[in-house]
Amino acid sequence: MKQVLAQALALGLALVAALGLALPNAAQAQDGPLRIEITEGTIEPMAYAVPSFVAETPGAQQYADQITQVIAEDLTGTGLFREIPRDAHISRITSFESPVQFADWKAINALVLLTGAVSEQDGRVTVKFRIWDVFAGNELGEGMQFAATSDGWRRLAHKVADQVYSRLTGESGYFDSRVVFVSESGPKDQRAKRLAIMDYDGANVQYLTDSRSIVLAPRFSPNGERVLYTSYESGEPRVHVLNVGAVQSQIMPAGGGVMSFAPRFSPDGNKVVYSVTSGSNTDIYMRDLASGNTTQLTFTPAIETAPSFSPDGSRIVFESDRSGSQQLYIMPASGGEPTRISFGQGRYGTPVWSPRGDLIAFTKQNQGRFHIGVMRTDGSEERLLTASHLDEGPTWAPNGRVLMFSRETQGASGTSSLYSVDVAGRKLTRVRTPDGASDPSWGPLQ
Amino acid sequence: MKHLSKALMMTAVLGLAACTSGDRFGANGGADGYGAGAGAGANGGVVPGSANDPRSPAYFNQTIGDRVLFRVDQSSLTPEAQATLDAQAGWLTTNSDYLAVIEGHADEQGTREYNIALGARRANATMEYLISKGVAPNRLKIISYGKERPVEICSEEACYAKNRRAVTVISMGLGS
Repeated sequence: MKQVLAQALALGLALVAALGLALPNAAQAQDGPLRIEITEGTIEPMAYAVPSFVAETPGAQQYADQITQVIAEDLTGTGLFREIPRDAHISRITSFESPVQFADWKAINALVLLTGAVSEQDGRVTVKFRIWDVFAGNELGEGMQFAATSDGWRRLAHKVADQVYSRLTGESGYFDSRVVFVSESGPKDQRAKRLAIMDYDGANVQYLTDSRSIVLAPRFSPNGERVLYTSYESGEPRVHVLNVGAVQSQIMPAGGGVMSFAPRFSPDGNKVVYSVTSGSNTDIYMRDLASGNTTQLTFTPAIETAPSFSPDGSRIVFESDRSGSQQLYIMPASGGEPTRISFGQGRYGTPVWSPRGDLIAFTKQNQGRFHIGVMRTDGSEERLLTASHLDEGPTWAPNGRVLMFSRETQGASGTSSLYSVDVAGRKLTRVRTPDGASDPSWGPLQ
Repeated sequence: MKHLSKALMMTAVLGLAACTSGDRFGANGGADGYGAGAGAGANGGVVPGSANDPRSPAYFNQTIGDRVLFRVDQSSLTPEAQATLDAQAGWLTTNSDYLAVIEGHADEQGTREYNIALGARRANATMEYLISKGVAPNRLKIISYGKERPVEICSEEACYAKNRRAVTVISMGLGS
């Protein structure tokens, strides 16, 4: 296990160094009309064309094809963009420098054209690209280039797709990001669970723990360097902190009881909020990681759990059954009287504050069905985005536009998978993982 | 007799496993009695350790019943559950060398975090009842498994009803 991770770590470091070579001043805001607004209504996806990137060195063809494919999957996967199939293309792009025949792309109604080239030398892959506004007949921003070791080619593709997304929506992307989750195997009554990390699209899965103990609900730190999770390694469920690079984990002293779970970092990464169970009572606590000071934030005999900070760190949303059923509440981060925000039918749990601050995502149970939904922070404008036998545990993409969650299928052969859905509820996608998967936590844009 | 002696061997192995766990309750990481140690008490007349031996864990698990069931999203004890726990308390009082871990469980109809808390409520209600019937508190502890360890895997009430449970897992104390 350690070996695999050490390898992964080495790759990561190489990438970071390589990406430092990206051309400066490249991302430039465009002021043309070509922009797609991310709204909550129905929209027509923006049509784009992306001919396979040109291979500029003999060994680069395979990377060029794969990188182009991943870029297209990223963009089309958002539901905001629609790729015009290659066999409809009239022009062929054979050189990165040759002029674009805009008429040929207009003729097939491509609004956006993405061109690029890939070279490979001494185990390093370099990709450069340009984005074209076909109907205006000009370039959208300036071209850029990224480089990495050859096994990091997927990150290069995600970097390019993030740039395209960002220039066309005016918002930051989320493709070059990772998700920590629980990998699952075996039937429901003998399910083996281990922590794993993957790219947002399910590629490059690496395991962080073995499956000897039950592990639950990992949560990334804001910078992605640490992971909080709950493990039964010591017998009882206890919050653990894992250093992703070193693959070392330790129990976080919880105070107040033996069982601790449902941890999350504060936005500055310095504090952890979590639940502690003592007897029949579950309350929310906060621990300052530097000082070790532990503060109890809720004091009712009810179940209070699943706390999540607002992005400015001033408030905490959580669930409580103090009213008789699970509902959502917001309290100051220092504790104090909470305000109930959920009033619809059914039970509400696992609230998560959007990184944009505007919405709270949650799991809702109503009439035997589970839903992932969002509401404004005052509880208004509730919208359910999914419905199934068992959907739960949403996590936000770093730009606050997409949610990922677990879906367990019904029955004796039921298995758990990860799905993503955009905040408008238009595009539901299953994330491809090698085994069953649950409890995703989306890390920062890298 | 052949398979009986095999059963005895198995319980002896289980007992060993419990001893190496380093936890005096001997239920480290187990669920539904994975860590249940066995007493090799010598009793005249019946096969020691078998379900016929009233002092055996097998008797506790099978004849008395090691588990009580709960209603949907509830942790209060039904009259039926109380009757089972009365018998459990009697056995634990008689067999004072044993410790017990009470494992609380929930069905899959609930979010993961809430179900851990709900399982704890169920285990705690069970423990408090046993204490009220005279079992020393320092012989008991609780663990919640939430919805992580169902015994039945269908997605129907028939299965859910069996998964909403508190299981009393007994093990030998260190001093015995």
